[in-house]
Amino acid sequence: MNSNLPTTFWGWIPFLFHEYLPMFVKGAAITFYISVIGTLMGLIIGLLAGIIQTIPVEIKDNPFKKALLCITKSLLKVYIEFFRGTPMMVQAMIVYYGLMQVFQIDLSSMAAGLLVVSINTGAYMAETVRGGIISIDEGQTEAAKALGMTHFRTMYSIVLPQAFRNIIPQIGNNLITNIKDTSVLSAIAVPELFLAGKSASTTYFRYFEVYFIICIVYLTMTLTVSRLLRMLENILDGPSSYELAEEFQEEITADLKETFII
Amino acid sequence: METNTILEINHLVKSFGDNEVLKDIDFSTKKGDVICIIGSSGSGKSTLLRCINMLESPTSGEILHKGNNINETALKLNEYRSKVGMVFQSFNLFNNMTVLENCMIGVTTVRKKDRVYARIVAMRYLKKVGMAAYINAKPHQLSGGQKQRVAIARALAMEPEMILFDEPTSALDPEMVGEVLTVMKTLAKEGMTMIVVTHEMAFARDVSTRVVFMDNGLIAEEGPPEQIFATPQNDRTKEFLARFISS
Repeated sequence: MNSNLPTTFWGWIPFLFHEYLPMFVKGAAITFYISVIGTLMGLIIGLLAGIIQTIPVEIKDNPFKKALLCITKSLLKVYIEFFRGTPMMVQAMIVYYGLMQVFQIDLSSMAAGLLVVSINTGAYMAETVRGGIISIDEGQTEAAKALGMTHFRTMYSIVLPQAFRNIIPQIGNNLITNIKDTSVLSAIAVPELFLAGKSASTTYFRYFEVYFIICIVYLTMTLTVSRLLRMLENILDGPSSYELAEEFQEEITADLKETFII
Repeated sequence: METNTILEINHLVKSFGDNEVLKDIDFSTKKGDVICIIGSSGSGKSTLLRCINMLESPTSGEILHKGNNINETALKLNEYRSKVGMVFQSFNLFNNMTVLENCMIGVTTVRKKDRVYARIVAMRYLKKVGMAAYINAKPHQLSGGQKQRVAIARALAMEPEMILFDEPTSALDPEMVGEVLTVMKTLAKEGMTMIVVTHEMAFARDVSTRVVFMDNGLIAEEGPPEQIFATPQNDRTKEFLARFISS
């Protein structure tokens, strides 16, 4: 073996970092890619599931619509309970090997990983979105109804924008969880950060040092994400003060004259 | 003679489970009426108002809007609701929108007018309620009285045939009650058809054209305010008003 190998912890860290930098970067990139895309896909699934679950069944609706809604809602509940109630690692195994053995679909491990993270996150997001929707007070929905708005319009213009703002912290939670939990995808050989660490550690048997580096990389990613999300929240909240609109008066008066008097 | 009738309610019954909140209500509204519904808490006033625009669906009975039953299809119901404004006790402004957007959203999405028109209408009514300067504010930045005035402007921007007020001043500080009542008085004077559920007896006495006293799910007595306040016939009415007059 190379006699120039470092001997101390603080010697090994830069050595390993330098030696495996491309692998760590690639692993981190894959981890980040799968978590972000998986969370976004999960968010879309969750939005759809959450919206469907909160469609009110009205007495006046026709029986076909009622039956369809009931069946869809039950299926969604089964989906949510199944994917929240089993470990993601097991889901990854089932999806990856199940598709291969039963349906002869040979997904790449990346695609299988992305699929698993998306539907797993979707199950959590469905509940998050439902919670966000029911947290918006009934009064605003009633006011929208009283104006004559349809359920769809009320959701789109009033409830969802507020629900979305309220669930951003929870979306952030999911994203951070995903950044960490994609490590279980190493079980189906997705070359993400954890697997990169695993390969790197075995060459020199420096487990502690390699996982220390991996740990810092994970932490850097999660901290960055939580800061970015906090910034997004602040942007969505808008300015905390408002300006009195005196200068609009003349313009509006002119508009009024044009429209109503002429 | 029927042409002026906006709303006609026949044999309206509303139960929540075994609890019959409204028992056989007959009621009608003509154009220009300012009807105040008074009565103690739990007498069914708010439920009646909420049944009128179907926020509660009646257990039985019919609601006719200019002779048409409103309960037939969802489309008709929304069209009807767009003509009957509602102002709530808890304001219920849309928190994700500015004051101006609150007043425009119904005009653009329900009345299907363009944004320029919506903005002009919204400004006209915001001016009327004295809130034109606050168009850029969000609801949480306003006081209760200001919120309620915006809510009134939002209802007015739909240019409705009638507005329902569900205890519009009950959630307000005493000093803000006045500003909202002033706006409502102006509307009444201008001939807006209004049904007001209220505990403001002075408003009922001075502004309404008809007072309805509800007791235990029934209309116990109704008539012009002078008659109800000066010479009530029903014992429950007398009892209820005695507390008001003595205070």
